[in-house]
Amino acid sequence: MTETWIILGATSSMARAFARAVAERGATVLLAGRDMDELKGAAVDLEARGAARALALRFDARDPATFGPIIDRAAEEEGMINAAVFVGSMPAQADVDGDPGLIDGTVVDSFAGPARFLHMLAPVIEARAGGTVVGVGSVAGDRGRYSNYVYGSAKAGFHTYLAGLRNRLTRSGGHVVTVKPGFVDTAMTWGIEGMFLVADPADVARDILKAVEKKRNVIYTPFFWRWIMTIIRLVPEPIFKKLSF
Amino acid sequence: MLWKTTDYTAWGRVHTARGDVARPERARTLATIMEEAPAPAFGFRRSYGDTPLNDGGRAIDMTRMDKVLAFDPDTGVVEVEAGLRLGELLRLFAPRGWMPRVMPGTGFATVGGAIANDVHGKNHHVDGSFGEHVLSVTLFSGGKRVTVSPARLKTLFRATVGGIGQTGVILSAKLQLKPCPGTAMRVTERRLDDWDDQIDALEASSAPYAVSWIDAQARGARMGRGILEEADLSEARLPSRERPKSVPLTMGLFSNGLFARTFNEGYLRRVPEAGRTGDKPMEDFFFPLDKIHGVTKLYGKAGFHQFQCVVPPEATDALRDMMGRIARSGLASPLVVLKRMGAGRAGMLSFPMAGYTLAVDFPNRARATRLIATLEEMVAEAGGRLYLAKDSLAGGDMIKGMYPEWTDWAAEAAKADPEGALITDMVRRLELRSVA
Repeated sequence: MTETWIILGATSSMARAFARAVAERGATVLLAGRDMDELKGAAVDLEARGAARALALRFDARDPATFGPIIDRAAEEEGMINAAVFVGSMPAQADVDGDPGLIDGTVVDSFAGPARFLHMLAPVIEARAGGTVVGVGSVAGDRGRYSNYVYGSAKAGFHTYLAGLRNRLTRSGGHVVTVKPGFVDTAMTWGIEGMFLVADPADVARDILKAVEKKRNVIYTPFFWRWIMTIIRLVPEPIFKKLSF
Repeated sequence: MLWKTTDYTAWGRVHTARGDVARPERARTLATIMEEAPAPAFGFRRSYGDTPLNDGGRAIDMTRMDKVLAFDPDTGVVEVEAGLRLGELLRLFAPRGWMPRVMPGTGFATVGGAIANDVHGKNHHVDGSFGEHVLSVTLFSGGKRVTVSPARLKTLFRATVGGIGQTGVILSAKLQLKPCPGTAMRVTERRLDDWDDQIDALEASSAPYAVSWIDAQARGARMGRGILEEADLSEARLPSRERPKSVPLTMGLFSNGLFARTFNEGYLRRVPEAGRTGDKPMEDFFFPLDKIHGVTKLYGKAGFHQFQCVVPPEATDALRDMMGRIARSGLASPLVVLKRMGAGRAGMLSFPMAGYTLAVDFPNRARATRLIATLEEMVAEAGGRLYLAKDSLAGGDMIKGMYPEWTDWAAEAAKADPEGALITDMVRRLELRSVA
């Protein structure tokens, strides 16, 4: 079966691991991001690893003009069109406190941009009566916390969007997997204080692929974050509002 | 963040370092680091001593620089970034008929590390060292990118292969892979009764892959007994079957004589008296210990030393004396390997020489380090050599005496890195370079 995967934010550590995993299954991979040199190198890597074809395409969450050409290019491929969204930006909360203007970019990168892209893609998936969308959110989106609530709220918006999209695409045979990773050992988290139970991106990629195969709706990766977040969500607000993590 | 302040160590866990480590994922990030503040590089730190450490300084973790840059399925020439693991190279290409020609005992060794230590494998007597199958190396050296090969900038190539990272940071390399008909090895194992039996068997073996395990706890008439493992490529296609297991606790089992004796007895009896032959997945044959994550925890908190030497073929008596001392000490862990080595080597500081190589793990204890010092003297006297990838104890003068091309190498390293920005703890300990 031919499958095509659009990978948004393809230079991120998690995206790279996921792209390699689908490449080894022989998929066609469209790598979308801003760093074209890096994406071209990644495309060669994926073809050597077994991808039927790998292409580098420009995508900028803040520039919707880049969205259409990617979707058009994907639509040229036969078979199922799938998309995995790894974009997002996480400025330090303290920086946001100093410059509230950073909120706009964070919301566009982590929610509005990808949502608009997926909304443009949805008719293609509906027309082909199948295909999977993987949306990478965050455990930070499960509850607004003192140390990270701007990024968290953008991801919460994305989670809600994905839930609605799942509802829509199910009707035509498509599927949406919401992925909520805990701490992952990426270039973005390298050297950040206070990280614990840090997961390897390759393990996260394996979890995501398994969730795609089993048509899971919402996964936490590594799995134990489901329990951690259940506890965090159960803390009553009068107590939670006094915590500062 | 680009730099992270962290404590890190190598495989033996005896030496430790603290410093800023960057782990770039993009070629451009790495280039920026090298232009602004060059630092020594390391991979998965599978060498044992202090080769990958830079205490108090900076270092670059190359493990995320692991792209395949080009692959030609017709010729088996592959170009990869330095951080790619050899195990991954094997996993990706063996099903398509190509495998690395030389693989050390762990699949976690990176291509960059395999070059920098000019590693060898179970087929050294036939296929030579890793560096002999490297077509070219691209490194960041002396402030710029240079590509070196056996034909182009030959001296820098020979100083880089086996050159423990002192001529530049290896970015990528072009390798000639070896054709393989399947993904398995046909392995024949048989018991050997004593030391003479070992040497005779290795001498007589015509198998392309041959290595012996020694029960280093057996003394007297049984001293040197063990298992000879001979192998060749098989047409079978076998996926690696087991899930990795983990050692849950740091516990000094391998440092315990009773455990080692019991383990060795059982390990020997695993192989029936008449021997046996069968197909094994390549991973299981080449990287047996990779299946046990954290295997070095079995040496306890103090870590361990691996003593590995090679002696010329005429010095097998000296090697027997060493083995006798090791056996009488009762200190050796169950991991002891003897193999015949060919003359193949590709760099000025490459370890291999024609003869026999013996590798023994010891717990990090005073009695063991005294024994290792004695063994090192015996190696020097026998005209042999110690392996930099394993060493954590030797003195600089002894090492320099064992590597006749050391002066040429040091001169080439000084040219490539005049400021000494790439100097590591090992280079300082052994005073291999004069820049401070």
